[in-house]
Amino acid sequence: MGVQNTFLFEVATQVGIFAALALGLNIVVGFAGLLDLGYVAFYAVGAYLWAIVGSNQGNVAFGTEIFPLAPVWFFPFLVVAVGVAAMTGILLGLPVLRLRGDYLAIVTLAFGEVIRVVVNNLDKPINLTNGPQGIRAIQRPPLFFKPALTALGVTVDDATLYALYFYFLVLLIIGLAVVITRRLEGSWVGRAWTAIREDELAAQAMGIPLVRMKLAAFAAGASFAGAMGMIFGAKQYFINPESFTFMESIGVLSMVIVGGMGSIPGAVVGATVVTVLNLQVLKGFSLLLNQLRGTGVVLPIINYPLAQWPTQLDPAKYERLVFGVLLVIMSILRPQGIIPERRHQLELAEGVPTPATAAPVTGAGDDD
Amino acid sequence: MTTEVLLDCRQVTKRFGGLVAVNGVDFSVERGRIVSIIGPNGAGKTTLFNVISGFYRPDGGEIWFEGRRIDGLRPDQVAARGISRTFQNIRLFQNMTVLENILVGMHTRVRASAIQVLLRSRAFLDEERALVEEAFRLFRFIGLRANPNELARNLPYGEQRKVEFARALASKPKLILLDEPTAGMNPQEMAETTQLIRRLRDELGITVVLIEHQMRVVMGISERVTVLDYGEKIAEGPPAEVRRNPKVIEAYLGRGAALGSAD
Repeated sequence: MGVQNTFLFEVATQVGIFAALALGLNIVVGFAGLLDLGYVAFYAVGAYLWAIVGSNQGNVAFGTEIFPLAPVWFFPFLVVAVGVAAMTGILLGLPVLRLRGDYLAIVTLAFGEVIRVVVNNLDKPINLTNGPQGIRAIQRPPLFFKPALTALGVTVDDATLYALYFYFLVLLIIGLAVVITRRLEGSWVGRAWTAIREDELAAQAMGIPLVRMKLAAFAAGASFAGAMGMIFGAKQYFINPESFTFMESIGVLSMVIVGGMGSIPGAVVGATVVTVLNLQVLKGFSLLLNQLRGTGVVLPIINYPLAQWPTQLDPAKYERLVFGVLLVIMSILRPQGIIPERRHQLELAEGVPTPATAAPVTGAGDDD
Repeated sequence: MTTEVLLDCRQVTKRFGGLVAVNGVDFSVERGRIVSIIGPNGAGKTTLFNVISGFYRPDGGEIWFEGRRIDGLRPDQVAARGISRTFQNIRLFQNMTVLENILVGMHTRVRASAIQVLLRSRAFLDEERALVEEAFRLFRFIGLRANPNELARNLPYGEQRKVEFARALASKPKLILLDEPTAGMNPQEMAETTQLIRRLRDELGITVVLIEHQMRVVMGISERVTVLDYGEKIAEGPPAEVRRNPKVIEAYLGRGAALGSAD
């Protein structure tokens, strides 16, 4: 196993965090059809919650001596982060959910920005978030298994251990997220959400309380982001408002769209494709080009020496462009996403006759 | 059969700006009846339906259902009280399967909590299985021929109408409001639908109110007919009586027109 190559785990962890975010946003956008452009706000809420209580920032903010909380508090606070993020989702949802389509998108976009700006400026009058400087030395989750490892004679340095730790932690949470979304999807909750997406009016006529179900979708989506934000903060050791820009919201949304709206495997695949593309492919290509430039390779046919390749045309600088073009191509050729949504195929339990085998009950004769 | 009044609209008024779409209409339905509302285009029939089912809040008047006031309730609350409806232009959940459409129709009857859903508890699984079984029974009752796991949007028109019927029945309503159930149907399908409406009442005991333009259907199944024109009720009574009413003939059909050939 590539224990030595912690960078790979780093990428995998990042993929995992985004996959969980995409799964959460998929509930809001994919299932319930509510275009949320400020999703990253809930991510920020989770991240800052732990960053404040899990670092010296808590003492600065509240004038106490009890912070940072011990690492063991990480897991209880994971639950708190889920709750607080869900509450934020409901608080945002209450006033805005009577809006539809474009209007909802604009308001959520604004909300995402408001949270970022608030975080950016809340270093006075009370220094809660330390403003643009961000919060550092964030407590990491407890290494409760380290004594066991030492007893087994395995010696790993903490950096590697944490890389693996976060990887498996994120993996576990994704597993949980997939199970939760799958169960919701295959129940009356998921059906009500999709009904709202398909036809709000008809859904209401079927007895679905619009506001309550939309709030539930917002809260469920936000709770995933809250948990992941907290893990992100702990993993990065340092957070500042720059991590929670509008581009992050768009990034997660594009993962959902690329993967396939409303599709659970789609959200995971979309997150993987987009993250790997951003973190690996283009940067790798840049690196390769740089190496080639150094060796004085001349492009065949056009007879162009790569050494003359201007640094302004470094592929890594065109990440967003390449990504945008890919998105356009994708939406033309495969608008339903890599793995499109598939509806549940429901069957009867054994022994119950299906309509095909049962005699038709229509009054008039069959006409086909 | 008792003559208990199930639905009672008293002096219901609905305005849109300067337009009075429904003007002081009294309209009551006894339990177990099949009742039609007819009237020319723009007479306020669908508006009345929308007021009853909670989509519009009436500007005046009261609506009583089973002895309780329902005006001012939200559509989902009205649905929960036992009033179900179909739409003039079919409004199925296009990207859901036929079966899921019907299951959504059962929303008001679901008892499993979200916690039970997440834990996949016995109660949830049992309920889910029971609902699916019942959906299949409804399937047969309606005489749907489509694959239950097909997406609704892939169904031919006639089948879509039937799915909408099934979805409206799935909540086990006491009263069903059908907005032009035979629109766009050929005579054969129309006969089938007429038959089906009768069976709703006879076999399921559901009270039916329908908006209908097809006189053959109206005269064939309704026990009472209410005629609206320019938002006002101009006639009410048994079909045979209403069709002879000179006011109806003039307002609704134009002078000298024969009832049977109208559409």
